[in-house]
Amino acid sequence: MKILALIAVALTGWLLMSAVSDFPDWGDPHSPANSYRLSQGYITDTFPQTSVPNMVTAVLADYRGYDTMFETVVIFTAGIAIIGILRRYGPKDKVIPEQKLYKKEPDLIVETTCRLMIPIIQLFALYVVAHGHHSPGGGFQGGVIFGASFILLALARDLQATQKWVPESRILNLAGTGIFIYAGFGFLCLLLGSNFLDYAILHKVMGVTPIEARSHSMLGVEIGVAFTVTAIMFSIYSNLASNGYMKEGL
Amino acid sequence: MELFEAISTKINYWVYIVIMMIGLFAMISKNNLIKKLIGMSIFQTAIILFYVSIGVKEGATIPILYHDQVHAAHGDHGEADTSHGEHGAVESHEADIHINPDDFTNPLVHVLMLTAIVVGVSTLGVGLAITQKLHREFGSIEEHEILEIIKSGK
Amino acid sequence: MIEQSPALILIPPFLVAILVALVGFRYQKVCFPLTVLSLAGSVVACVVTLMRVIEGGTIRYFIAGWAPPFGIEFRIDGLNALVAVTVSSVGLLAAIYSKNRVPAENPDKVSQYYTLFLLLITGLLGMVITGDAFNLYVMLEVAALTSYALIAMGPKRATLAAYKYVIMGTIGASFYLLGVGYLYIKTGSLNMFDIHEVLKANDLFGSPAVLVAFIMITVGVWIKMAFFPLHAWLPNSYAYAPTTSSAILGPLVTKVMIYVMIRLTLTVFGVEYTFIQLEWSNIVVWMSVLAILAGSISALAQTDLRKMLAFLIIAEVGYMVGGVWLADETGMIGAIYHIIADAFMTLCVFLFAGILFAKTGKRDLSAMDGQFKKMPLTLVGFLVGAFSLIGIPPTAGFFSKWYLIQGGINSGHYEYVIALLISSLINAVLFFRMIEIAYFGVKPAEGHDHDHSDDHDSGRSEASASMLIPLLITAAILLLIGIFNKDLVAIITDFVSPFNIASGAR
Repeated sequence: MKILALIAVALTGWLLMSAVSDFPDWGDPHSPANSYRLSQGYITDTFPQTSVPNMVTAVLADYRGYDTMFETVVIFTAGIAIIGILRRYGPKDKVIPEQKLYKKEPDLIVETTCRLMIPIIQLFALYVVAHGHHSPGGGFQGGVIFGASFILLALARDLQATQKWVPESRILNLAGTGIFIYAGFGFLCLLLGSNFLDYAILHKVMGVTPIEARSHSMLGVEIGVAFTVTAIMFSIYSNLASNGYMKEGL
Repeated sequence: MELFEAISTKINYWVYIVIMMIGLFAMISKNNLIKKLIGMSIFQTAIILFYVSIGVKEGATIPILYHDQVHAAHGDHGEADTSHGEHGAVESHEADIHINPDDFTNPLVHVLMLTAIVVGVSTLGVGLAITQKLHREFGSIEEHEILEIIKSGK
Repeated sequence: MIEQSPALILIPPFLVAILVALVGFRYQKVCFPLTVLSLAGSVVACVVTLMRVIEGGTIRYFIAGWAPPFGIEFRIDGLNALVAVTVSSVGLLAAIYSKNRVPAENPDKVSQYYTLFLLLITGLLGMVITGDAFNLYVMLEVAALTSYALIAMGPKRATLAAYKYVIMGTIGASFYLLGVGYLYIKTGSLNMFDIHEVLKANDLFGSPAVLVAFIMITVGVWIKMAFFPLHAWLPNSYAYAPTTSSAILGPLVTKVMIYVMIRLTLTVFGVEYTFIQLEWSNIVVWMSVLAILAGSISALAQTDLRKMLAFLIIAEVGYMVGGVWLADETGMIGAIYHIIADAFMTLCVFLFAGILFAKTGKRDLSAMDGQFKKMPLTLVGFLVGAFSLIGIPPTAGFFSKWYLIQGGINSGHYEYVIALLISSLINAVLFFRMIEIAYFGVKPAEGHDHDHSDDHDSGRSEASASMLIPLLITAAILLLIGIFNKDLVAIITDFVSPFNIASGAR
């Protein structure tokens, strides 16, 4: 079996490498990918058309915003799928005896450190989301950092304690709200008469120029993404760590 | 040597293809379910790095406009307003704020790979959940052991 | 609002999926009506779009208002619109079927199940109507993730099958992504039509990178459609999954991947490159002959009903791949017609298998014992599906085989024609065996008599309405598609003829 796998992998690798001689050099600014009107247009036209200096955020949230919406749906799907696969309600069935982890008492050093760090982590996460337009950042990055703060709390204390802040129903509501914000922006554009996710038409509602309406809608959409990613990050962690019971974490 | 030059100018592609193949080998041939998932993660990460290396330009910076370009454009918002740049130069009257595409790396590949990273994480999450369920039902995470249990305990 | 009909194909299932996840978590009763309503809305939007395409030609819908290649577009022509109508209708029928089955098989996860169901349909519809190569990858992953979970929610053996599906599905999708990456390196664009323009303008068809891109994309798509020998994930997955999962996954996932293959060969790479420059047609037709024979013969050997049907799916995939690669116009028309017909055929037989499992609790063929007396209406529905798979007129299966055989004769691939005929014979053996058991009862084993006592007590006990109505509607649609095949073929020919695939005898 391993020999067969080795042969298959060697064949695939040889196939992929046989085309490399045809590729442009590494770092060539005049390669076909870099000099085609698509990426040139993204670099030069982004600021005049959307007033957002960060080109990656502009392409992510506006030009290819449809892709980003379904990327958020992918992570939402992963959260729902893991709940569907793993989650168990009711008493534990003792088919496979699981290891009993000893209950920890709260440790002074860990407690104090977390108490100092978690607010700062969350503040930094909000900064990353809000500054997605001017520096590297955006919804996904900020959402992951925010979700990580909850995971840190669950690791430091116990899963049960963290669930006072984020019980399962609140997590699902948060995740769904995030996607509804994103889809809501798109649907609002549809209702106002333009194409799906065409933010420029929202200037009628917001009272700014169409270009600035794009910039503001991008921020709104990124906030929606951050909600979903935060919620699902913690949901995935809590389901995997507690083997579906949501009672005892790591 | 010509061979050395052929390899060194395209070294990123060679390296990432080798890493991809390592991940692919782990996915196919290992028996432990977690090792297969680690191989999957290596494979997908190598694809992401492969894509990102496409957009690199020598001597270029990250695809975010410079501070002074943004401020100069804001400066004449009153007059020059919305130039839907056909030739793509935000020109002001006095200073020469011109966005040169060679100064910035290709933003499109970064956008595509943000999506690919999220997809990879999601697939890894679902794979791990399935592995936990398998352990719960069969008591083992080695593929050959599970197949034995299925065959015997039918 | 009519202009927005392409967007409205996707929006109802997508938004209602999130709603079901939130609201259905508390109130389980609300999941089923919401699902059916949203899918009905999607069917209406698909039909409206099909009407617009028939009248006015290809529709181009720019999302976010940006023209391609800067933005993503929906590009809907005859092929897209027909497949979209098929996908949404199959989804609606399977959703109606699921009313009693989902609470019975997954009692505490009803809202999660329906969320994943709706997101699967969203992903498949998104794959069908998009015009952007990378967007297709994102939709592919949405559909794939939901299908992994829908299969893993079944009993024990389903979980192992789902794991194998995860590994193989990820390899397939990643190969597709690599292929798109290679194309991007050479052309710089991501929009399907734009890639074709750039390939022509820069005369890149001879370069090795484009060849490797074609191979990677094709192999990736073949893995995801379970083309023999890359089919190892399919039989166990569809055999042991919950009955609704196999009813929705079996008809749709492989057919949409065949649509993707047609779209890529015709639109992105072009007819000249695929069929004339590459000269692979003979090899691929032989591979599809192998797929047809392997699928049909393996189906003969099975005793588990749904596993047998899963192997029949592998044979059907062989028909369609062969039909596309015959490099013949009639063959291509037959393959596209077969996508539509096969979706409904497979839905019909999988719905019947689910009904049988619900009624008797048995997985193997002996569950058919005496069913002719007990549920004659259900069996009529099953008969239409079985006749369609065998290829008896006036069901749709006969006409699709007719076009495929004509294509095979036109292009001189007689091995394909022979394989089709052998497979029809094997299907006939399979299904008449089942009908015999249904009518005459199981043959008694040596040594003990067939116990008739329990047969006299049970009279007519049909499947419940929510399971019977989709089955009968599917059977009716199969007959309608067969009788009106000329109209359908006219739409398909409108789409295929501009490509000038070499038709007539070679």
